[in-house]
Amino acid sequence: MKELYLISKGQPKVPLEAEVIKPDSLAGLSTEEIANLIIYRGNRRVRLGEYFEVKGESADNPEELRIIVEGDVSRTKYIGAEMSAGELIVNGSPYMYLGAWMSGGKIVVNGNVGDFAALEMSGGELVINGNAGNYLGAAYRGNWRGMSDGLIVVKGNAGAEIGSWMMGGKIVVEGSTGPFTGVHMSDGIIVVYGGLGPRAGAQMTWGSIVVYGYAPELLPSFSFNEVIPAVEIEEERFEGPFIEYVGDLAEEGEGSIYLLEEKNKHLKPQ
Amino acid sequence: MTKHMILIKNGFVYDPINKIDGEKMDIAIKEGKIVDPKKVKEKEAKVIDARGKVVMPGGVDIHSHVAGPKVNAGRLFRPEDGRRQVRPFGQGLRAETGFSVPNVFATGYRYAQLGYTTVMEAATPPLKTRHTHEEMSDTPILDQGAYLILDNNWVIMEYLKAGEYEKCAAFVAWMLRSMKCFGIKSVNPGGDENWGWGKNISSVRDRVIYFDISPAEIIQGLIRVNEMLGLPHSFHIHCNNLGLPGSYTTTLETFGLSDGMPISPKVGERSQNLHVAHIQFYSYGGEDWKTFESKGDEVAKYLNNHSNITVCLGQVTFDETTTMTADGPFEYLLQSINKLKWINRDVELETSSGIVPYIYRPRSLVNAVQWAAGLEVALLTKNPWQIMMSTDHPNAGPFTRYPRVVKWLVSKKAREETIAKCHETLPNRSSIASIDREYTLYEVAVVTRASAAEALGISGFKGHLGVGADADVAIYDFNPEKQDPSREPEALEKALSRALYTIKRGHIVVENGEVVGDAPKRVFWADICFDEELEKQVLDELHETFAKYYTVSMSNYPISEEYLVGSTPIKITSK
Amino acid sequence: MPERVVSDVVCPFCGCLCDDIEVVVRENRIVEVREACALGTAKFMSLSVGERITKPLLRVDGSVRQVSLEEALKEAAKMLADAERPLLYGWSSTECGAQAVGVALAEVLGGVLDNTSSVCHGPTVLATQDVGCPSCTLGQVKNRADLIIYWGCNPMQAHPRHMSRYTTFPRGFFRERGVKDKKIVVIDVRHTETARLADRFIQVELGKDYELLAAMRAALKEYEIPEKVAGVSRKDILEVVELMKNCQFGALFFGMGLTMSFGKHRNVDNAISLVKDLNAYTKFIIMPMRGHYNVAGANTVFTWETGFPYAVDFSRGYPRYNPGETAANDVLQNEECDAALIVASDPVSHFPAKAVKHLASIPVISIDFHHTPTTEISKVVIPAAVAGVEVEGTAYRMDTVPIRLKKVVEPPEGCLPDREILRMLLEKVCEIKGVETPVVKHA
Repeated sequence: MKELYLISKGQPKVPLEAEVIKPDSLAGLSTEEIANLIIYRGNRRVRLGEYFEVKGESADNPEELRIIVEGDVSRTKYIGAEMSAGELIVNGSPYMYLGAWMSGGKIVVNGNVGDFAALEMSGGELVINGNAGNYLGAAYRGNWRGMSDGLIVVKGNAGAEIGSWMMGGKIVVEGSTGPFTGVHMSDGIIVVYGGLGPRAGAQMTWGSIVVYGYAPELLPSFSFNEVIPAVEIEEERFEGPFIEYVGDLAEEGEGSIYLLEEKNKHLKPQ
Repeated sequence: MTKHMILIKNGFVYDPINKIDGEKMDIAIKEGKIVDPKKVKEKEAKVIDARGKVVMPGGVDIHSHVAGPKVNAGRLFRPEDGRRQVRPFGQGLRAETGFSVPNVFATGYRYAQLGYTTVMEAATPPLKTRHTHEEMSDTPILDQGAYLILDNNWVIMEYLKAGEYEKCAAFVAWMLRSMKCFGIKSVNPGGDENWGWGKNISSVRDRVIYFDISPAEIIQGLIRVNEMLGLPHSFHIHCNNLGLPGSYTTTLETFGLSDGMPISPKVGERSQNLHVAHIQFYSYGGEDWKTFESKGDEVAKYLNNHSNITVCLGQVTFDETTTMTADGPFEYLLQSINKLKWINRDVELETSSGIVPYIYRPRSLVNAVQWAAGLEVALLTKNPWQIMMSTDHPNAGPFTRYPRVVKWLVSKKAREETIAKCHETLPNRSSIASIDREYTLYEVAVVTRASAAEALGISGFKGHLGVGADADVAIYDFNPEKQDPSREPEALEKALSRALYTIKRGHIVVENGEVVGDAPKRVFWADICFDEELEKQVLDELHETFAKYYTVSMSNYPISEEYLVGSTPIKITSK
Repeated sequence: MPERVVSDVVCPFCGCLCDDIEVVVRENRIVEVREACALGTAKFMSLSVGERITKPLLRVDGSVRQVSLEEALKEAAKMLADAERPLLYGWSSTECGAQAVGVALAEVLGGVLDNTSSVCHGPTVLATQDVGCPSCTLGQVKNRADLIIYWGCNPMQAHPRHMSRYTTFPRGFFRERGVKDKKIVVIDVRHTETARLADRFIQVELGKDYELLAAMRAALKEYEIPEKVAGVSRKDILEVVELMKNCQFGALFFGMGLTMSFGKHRNVDNAISLVKDLNAYTKFIIMPMRGHYNVAGANTVFTWETGFPYAVDFSRGYPRYNPGETAANDVLQNEECDAALIVASDPVSHFPAKAVKHLASIPVISIDFHHTPTTEISKVVIPAAVAGVEVEGTAYRMDTVPIRLKKVVEPPEGCLPDREILRMLLEKVCEIKGVETPVVKHA
């Protein structure tokens, strides 16, 4: 695995768009060629090298390339967007669309990410060692086909509408989630270890939300099913015992929300 | 970019209206018109060397949903389609978005890239037709016109029920003039009014709620009115029961209603009194979805015995697209099947509409049968002048797939390749695999420009390359001397996708497949003088209808000519 | 003194776009307005006496001076052309021709184009993009509806003629007895003036509309629902659901009580979904109560020209769209934009403090007919004629019916139509950018 470093020289106020920061685009290029790649600052085209120092060595194939982004990327959008292979490590907190539409490879962020990360993800792995924003692993506007495959792990908290229209894959949030977790989801798994945001599973038709933390309340269109000791979803066993709710009945849905009994006794019918 | 005169030399010309079948000849253009090549001096003209290329009149699309309220609602609610095909602003061109629901700029540019220069908007609801004109005016390059939806109109249903055809004709004349529209459109006659109550109509003999009239009476009434007025185009219908198993019987019944009715255009030379749109969508047999089968052969058989009917195909192209139609109840049914998002837009006293995204998949037996049904009609109907190629854009696929449809028409091999990707029981539900016919390039020219121009009654100046015609020309990089469409269908598809040149009214708008400029636009509409006295009487009665039941003032209802870029009234004196 | 009466004038105030107004004009001044509501009348009448701007203004180092139109345009063009992420905002209180020039300007500039729907019914658009929207024109409601529901809106205050002209009180073709043939239900967090006219009022707990909608949908499908949801008893919910199921033609109108309360577009999503569900039982439609008279037109024009109804980002040369990133409040609150053109709108009065703070820190150009807090922070202010009173053009009603606006009086000298000002600005920007000026046919 070859390692290529992109070291931030600082960020402009008008945000950058740098979807070229991914192994697919940088494999096979010299550091000089990489520095000369075009990125966007608002309506202007600028050189990547203007904002990033390029060090190390690229690989011939994206599969053999690890890109390490260092420093302030808080105004840079689209890092790792449409990535399909290789590795990308971001030691910083990127702005919007981190790993959006990614289909393969692995991204690790040692920081927080902005909104729309891993939008419509169809494969690969994204690990966020900080917090995620809104619309993590969500569908783009109007699309009824959201995240279809892959794995997202968030060590911190996540915002609103994560996994909207999700139809496959898995999102794990170790902290808490915002409102409308898994809204309109039709398949896949969302696991929440912290607090579950309001209106979770809204308009879901299928799929599972597993909650180890506290859920203040569920929508009135979910109905209590049973208390079960553990649940197996797609060959993975989750230890409970869980209180299982089924919904969203507004959609005649058959999705499941599994709430750890120990933390959610208030949701167990008397 | 554009010289005053253009000389297109040595191309293989396909111009069916003038019975020219691949003859090597020159085409000359002066002041936006086709002229005798002798009148253009080579030195003073831009010379295009068309040796080894196909030269055809600019394409004419008789039925496409490209402008107006439902098209725009389709764009609005499909941002995920909007981002699917984009092109930035630049080189004097506006930015493009959208695959199945392109913005107006993409619509004009992409049609021009296919060599099309005239595109008729398939349906506009009167109350919102101002919107349709705003969009057409904003659509570059193309000459256009729109069909006015009149069949579920309360005023018309009342007149027809009472047998007051003269009054109905006076009203229609006023409507076409007020709305600046080209012809009369019917969409699920009676069914849309019933949809105002959430219901539909099940046959041409069924009755409309309250108005107590049947689709058959509406259809025959409007054919009669159409011919009383002598409109350039015939009555243009989207039949009842669209999309349903067994719907071909309704289609044949609808066909039958035109039997013995007059054909009397005051302008143009059409030979039909009924144009049935997107015939594919109701050429189905079967009792239900499980027994769904193609009856394209039966439909073609009827057409072969009745020259008074023309059809456009509505050919399925196996794409993710957006269905949109004034057939409100059909779209409701569709969303209940595919469970996708659904827009409905009923229009007071007039019509309805619905929009649902749809994905046609070859592995779906129903979709495969639909694909086969359209081709069956096209290939089994002997006279290509009764056929117009279309996808009912974007309903059965986007217009950008026209070259692919042509590929299927000209090549059995291409069809076989597609059949191989289709559901394996397709051959039991359709005769498509056994059809040997392959269209010639001449026939392609008929169904993509000549037949539409004739059916529209504009063949005096559109759809051909005779002296005096509009200088709308398409040149394609395909050499009929060296290339066989049947064996090299992909090459033809590629050539038709990106015209070498498209010339619109003497302006070069496409060069090497790229849009290079705009051209003066025209919007055609029927300016009919029928019976002034009667019209006054009709309008007096109409005042009350407006005051009581419409929500706009009657004075604010008509559309002034300033809304039209290139307003081109077609003057008709009917009496 | 000779008086002129102009009839069937279209009121350029709210989304009702009433087109039966009579305006009495004497010496190019409006002296009387008939048929209009108080809000509409006020708009017509205020133009003569109000705080009109009649000269272009340029603010340099805190002081304001009057300048020529040429100088104002030159300054404005330079500010916009220099910007890397200019915001072009407003558009809902002008006619469609101006909106079309605005699109071309945003395209040439590589800017972010947004209209006021992003702070009113933007969520309705987002919901429509997710689940669709079964709707109709207002005349369908007038002629057919026997059940009218107003949810999270107060037409008696915001759309004063909505009930009398389109829904509740008029006699329709199939509703000959007018209000006697109809049931009116109001669902709101407080007992509004509209609620006082209703046959039934349901008080929903603040921020719990989504829960109430979810329960109604579940109840419609005959699932058991809790004893009380969002402060509403099961009995009340079931009764309202029965009313809805059993009407012949139902119409649900909603306002910012749904779009701007907790849940925003998801509230609308579930409301639309409820109406979709109801179509399995009867005819039912849903319609947003659009505020500005031509906000629907802004959505309409933006869509046919760019593919997207608002929040359109041209920075890459082609339109991109994602509210949450590209709406006015997003680029302002995230401090992304570096200049702004505001057309016929007053964001300083209506946007959150964080957005206003950023707006105040960047160069702003305003095109407006009167002084507003936004013109106060603008570097360049260009006076405009008032569309629908002094300028003709098209506007789209809340049900997207397009209507021709009338010119009733001449504008004050020096006040040009928005579209003319924008055309000149476009030309100047194209000159600076060195690109061919796009032909805006539509305007």
